[in-house]
Amino acid sequence: MAIPKVCGTETEYGIDPRGMGEKNPIAASSVLINAYVSELQRQVGWDFEDESPGTDARGFSREGAMAPEIETHLVNAVLTNGARYYVDHAHPEFSTPECLDALECVRYDKAGERILARSMQAAARSLPDGQHIVIYKNNSDRKGNSYGAHENYLMDRQVPFGRIVAHLIPYFVTRQIFTGAGKVGTEAGSTGELRVDFQLTQRADFFEEEVGLETTLKRPIVNTRDEPHADAQKYRRLHVIVGDANLSEVATFLKVGVTSIVLCMIEDDWFGDRGFTLAAPVQAMRRVSYDLQLNHTLELADGRRAKALDVQWEYLDLARKYAEDRGLEPVGAEVGAEVLRRWEEVLTALETDPMSLSAQLDWVAKYRLLSGYRDRHNLSWDDPRLAAMDLQYHDVRPERSLYEKLGMERVVTEDSVTEAVTEPPAGTRAYFRGRCLQRWASSIAAANWDSLVFDLGGDPLRRVPMMEPLKGTASMVDSLLEECSSPAELLERLGS
Amino acid sequence: MSEREQKRRQAPSRETQTVEEAAPATSEQGEKIKAELDELLDEIDEVLEVNAEDFVKAYVQKGGQ
Repeated sequence: MAIPKVCGTETEYGIDPRGMGEKNPIAASSVLINAYVSELQRQVGWDFEDESPGTDARGFSREGAMAPEIETHLVNAVLTNGARYYVDHAHPEFSTPECLDALECVRYDKAGERILARSMQAAARSLPDGQHIVIYKNNSDRKGNSYGAHENYLMDRQVPFGRIVAHLIPYFVTRQIFTGAGKVGTEAGSTGELRVDFQLTQRADFFEEEVGLETTLKRPIVNTRDEPHADAQKYRRLHVIVGDANLSEVATFLKVGVTSIVLCMIEDDWFGDRGFTLAAPVQAMRRVSYDLQLNHTLELADGRRAKALDVQWEYLDLARKYAEDRGLEPVGAEVGAEVLRRWEEVLTALETDPMSLSAQLDWVAKYRLLSGYRDRHNLSWDDPRLAAMDLQYHDVRPERSLYEKLGMERVVTEDSVTEAVTEPPAGTRAYFRGRCLQRWASSIAAANWDSLVFDLGGDPLRRVPMMEPLKGTASMVDSLLEECSSPAELLERLGS
Repeated sequence: MSEREQKRRQAPSRETQTVEEAAPATSEQGEKIKAELDELLDEIDEVLEVNAEDFVKAYVQKGGQ
């Protein structure tokens, strides 16, 4: 039986310090986050005790490999909405709190954009005249440097990792047709005979392996980082690095929603013999991304060929049957039904008239906008004005963002996004984390995904473990929190 | 493959609907979309970064996952 698909996104934003002398992205990221946090109540530090990003989901620790870096000396804050906001690999990174379903995840992903925009304003207030920082929600500088927009999903530890890999690779390669954020040109060393003026995704150029632990080099389609931030006997956190940073809410909703359903199907071993095996998945990543006509057929291991759309239709068909037979409770029944509806709608439109999705998908919106500009000014695709527009699509400032100018379809209201900037989601342990921070920030020494550490003065620090992502929800702790007038009382009631 | 072909016939909503609706919808809707795009491009001219070439050249990101 599939377990609830608790989910979240973590986004490394592009950062462009202006008027600040020699560019130092780490220092600028710190300035940015500090400016935001210091305008809030009090900064709570992140607790690194349980972090071990070098552990591999395939069941071995690696020797001699370069461990992903943890920069403990850098700015690292936990926000009252349960999110983590920090400096990572020379970028400001925002990790949403644990969300109960894809719709909630869209809300917090979008709240992250608002927090970055507010941070830019706060930084401008704190910096001398003539200096400011501009932030982009994208994944590439178009010069061969990429930074991630990762997704995370709670999975049952029992599921064999090989099964996860087998069914995820064809899905990840082909979902690019709706998850892509679009990019002018290519950063792959060579594309052979192919001329790539514009491609579906920001990230496809950067994948070199099918399965692996790395995230900064030789990036794999399926990442094996095994760091559950929860009870490791029961859970796995699937760390997905293959996606683009989406501005489109429909794209984020489908990216997280469809992936959640596919993962439930994998947990329940639903595929039987109906899976696909691609002959060359790494090449297929790029081939799909370069195929604006969506009609390239990929070679399968058994010699057949299938279009990305064919693979997606097959997954949708399996998902429909799964929903009828097992229900979609683990992804939220209503949200799951909406995901299926939109998934079919988008595949249908991609098959018949992709440009009709210019209010729904990032790559379509960007392509249509840039093509229109190109026609109007009679430009070639390598004109810097088109590259500039590509970048400016992702500017998080509403007044500069080309995405905002397009007025694309929304799946959440702006009011609910504003609420998500400060309030935690109700249905996961993020609720307990966020509420405790709202009430007793000055008594919290450190926070982590799976614990809160209280400092009550004279006593030793007291750690409250939160190893169950679905404990600490509003319905479980609201009355407890209301009854407690101090953190000491809370700890006493919790018996920790 | 044959199994998938069969399924498509069972779920005809996609293909038949679009064929029926496409013809009248396209020209009118196409005009509207084009007009909207034109308006949008006028607006966008005003917010675009002034020196595209320098702007693009200066955007360099090092170190990312």
